[in-house]
Amino acid sequence: MATEPSLITGQLISAIGVESEPAVYEVEKGAILRFAEAIGDPNPLYRDEVRARHTRHGGIIAPPTFFRAMRPGPARAEAQSPLKRILDGGSEWEFHEPVRPGDRITVTQALVDAAQRSGRLGPMVILTWESRYANQLGQLVAVQRTTSITY
Amino acid sequence: MLYWEDVKEGMEVPPLVKHPSSQQLVKYAGASGDFYQIHYDVEFARRNGLPGVIVHGALKNAFLAQLMTDWIGEHGALRKLSCQYRGMDVPGDTLTCKGTVTRKYQEGDRYLVECDIWLENGKGERTTPGSATVGLPSRTAAPVTA
Repeated sequence: MATEPSLITGQLISAIGVESEPAVYEVEKGAILRFAEAIGDPNPLYRDEVRARHTRHGGIIAPPTFFRAMRPGPARAEAQSPLKRILDGGSEWEFHEPVRPGDRITVTQALVDAAQRSGRLGPMVILTWESRYANQLGQLVAVQRTTSITY
Repeated sequence: MLYWEDVKEGMEVPPLVKHPSSQQLVKYAGASGDFYQIHYDVEFARRNGLPGVIVHGALKNAFLAQLMTDWIGEHGALRKLSCQYRGMDVPGDTLTCKGTVTRKYQEGDRYLVECDIWLENGKGERTTPGSATVGLPSRTAAPVTA
């Protein structure tokens, strides 16, 4: 079996584990409402202050995937796949604390893995990124690992 | 209110049906900041070898999150959620989120349930498989710690 040339460049390898600059977002009630409307989720926890107040959360919280609206700061290490077409492969989340209006969320991201595969689309480079979301108390509120497939 | 004791392995999660429209994709683009044109520009999508605009993977991810949060209610807590975008979905189709309980267990003071979850298109094809872990209140543990 012929060995395919490696598409995992030195640049990718040296970017693994290098955290981006942080980006900070203040969570607004209106943004939570717009997100809940966009995903079509009528849950009153995201929309109705009075009803949400009488739950164990004591007020409005954000939907689990609301973090998609918060991008990390600029990368400190360039991590470009040599392949230019890109597909979103999926997401894997851990949720630790609820997010509320007024929270200040700090987002950082790092490349955590780069792998080469061969598939229907030909050679592929699969990049796994980890985004970490912390609140103003320094609590880690969520972690998202995303897979981007370049081909 | 769903208690941990009420859940059995093999049990189904009540399905959630979604009818994403092209308008919903535009709303999701705006709310999430994902402005990749394959989700709203038909010509752009076709030039990229797609049949037309496709549903954001992350929107399907949000549907699967709702599948779980609708089931567990306000007393439950979604702890983990993952999904893989194996197949593309298009606006106008009926997408159904489903799940089954695969495992229930205790970890410290948490009462946890794991599920296989997936999203099916109108032909019944599983385009977006995944898994989820939720914490539920227990009848045997006095205050809710989910």
